[in-house]
Amino acid sequence: MSDISERVKKIVVEHLGVEADKVTENASFIDDLGADSLDTVELVMAFEEEFGCEIPDDAAETILTVGDAIKFLDKNTAA
Amino acid sequence: MRRVVITGLGLVSPLGSGHEHAWKRLTAGENAAKRIEEFEVSDLSCQVACQVPRGDGSDGTFNPNDWMEPKEQRKVDDFIIYAMGAATQALTDAGWKPTAYEDQIRTGVLIGSGIGGLQGIEKASLLFAEKGPRRISPFFIPGRLINLASGYVSIEHGLKGPNHAVVTACSTGRHAIGDASRLVAFGDADVMLAGGSESPICRLALAGFAACRALSTNFNDQPQKASRPYDRDRDGFVMGEGAGMVVVEELEHAKARGANIYAEIVGYGLSGDAFHITAPAEDGDGAFRCMSAAVKRAGIDPADIDYITRTAPRRPWATRSNSPPWSLVRHAAGKVSMSSTKSATGHLLGAAGAIEAIFSVLSLRDNIAPPTLNLDNPSVATAIDLVPHQARPRTIDTVLSNSFGFGGTNASLIMRRYAA
Repeated sequence: MSDISERVKKIVVEHLGVEADKVTENASFIDDLGADSLDTVELVMAFEEEFGCEIPDDAAETILTVGDAIKFLDKNTAA
Repeated sequence: MRRVVITGLGLVSPLGSGHEHAWKRLTAGENAAKRIEEFEVSDLSCQVACQVPRGDGSDGTFNPNDWMEPKEQRKVDDFIIYAMGAATQALTDAGWKPTAYEDQIRTGVLIGSGIGGLQGIEKASLLFAEKGPRRISPFFIPGRLINLASGYVSIEHGLKGPNHAVVTACSTGRHAIGDASRLVAFGDADVMLAGGSESPICRLALAGFAACRALSTNFNDQPQKASRPYDRDRDGFVMGEGAGMVVVEELEHAKARGANIYAEIVGYGLSGDAFHITAPAEDGDGAFRCMSAAVKRAGIDPADIDYITRTAPRRPWATRSNSPPWSLVRHAAGKVSMSSTKSATGHLLGAAGAIEAIFSVLSLRDNIAPPTLNLDNPSVATAIDLVPHQARPRTIDTVLSNSFGFGGTNASLIMRRYAA
């Protein structure tokens, strides 16, 4: 879990250009980290690339916070 | 119609970032051509280009981080980053920073590009072939579209007036400034930020232009000799990159805020060759009508023109002194100077007309005709001064600047020293 968490946070920092300490599990990509709808599409693609998985569109729509992403990837990738 | 003047300049060029820096190097006879080292060129017939010097932003180098946030840079092609740099420079130079809503809606943007984000299209296409559609970024389209230069600039500076773009190959920058001046003259805006931007230097573009037989291929080992307009041994253009922006403003608006006025735009002409997709018309009729329209609009005599600059890849009529375009300037022969700054900067395609307009404005300001480098043996005998090798100090009150592009699209601008 902690490994996944760190990799997710690193991607968020890189793609959204935000300070690492703002990337908490409760942080919402759009409301707290300044992302727009296109940024969130790209973030999901970056998660797919990093974790070698496919995130279907209906699942992607439920990933709104950093914690959502970590939980989804923890459940859906072979660690 | 309302009178229109130029009150701000912004430049990102192979001779450096910032118009004063680039102008100093241009008039000193410096040449930006180099062998390309950023990517593999061994299988390309042209291996030379004029690239924007990158650095920390000091000494005329271009630092993208000075003009756009790194996370935004990732989403766009370089032509948008260059446009952002030149646009901010031009607005700063003009001292125009509209913050009131009434000022914002009277300030527009008209930035063109010849090709837009070809580098990004090349990369995305390779990624698409390798990994499929799910790896194509949501920023692929908005980061390549030509009018997104105007879009990004308008968002950055809160410019809510006309938001437009031009795509007319090598005539793009000239048309952008001319069309913007019309919008201001007709009252659609009081201020327009106008110009062109281009970032074509990639393997795909070099291969494509080489296939059109448009690029220089004989000087890969002597890059500084490759761009040689008007010269007997010229064999095509050298690709350049960058952006040029001018602030075009209604005269009374500029006077009311005490703006520095560089020049007045007094003439603008447009025409089409209706002849061939890449080759110019044999007799130069389109170029002649274009220049004539600008002269007529300016209400001047061709003999009043002091300096001419032009973008015209390999015009056959340029080598025949009995062709119509020459008849127009013949009146001024013996008096007029004509040079090609492309010899120093390379050909910036959609940005070329804009950076040449900036150099024209500075030639008026400083009374200096910039040089045509590498002009060892002119391919045509003419009484016109082609300013070989070295800049020429001379009186310049009126400038004609021309662009003639692929598709047979022509644009001419006449600018004059401002006089009340």
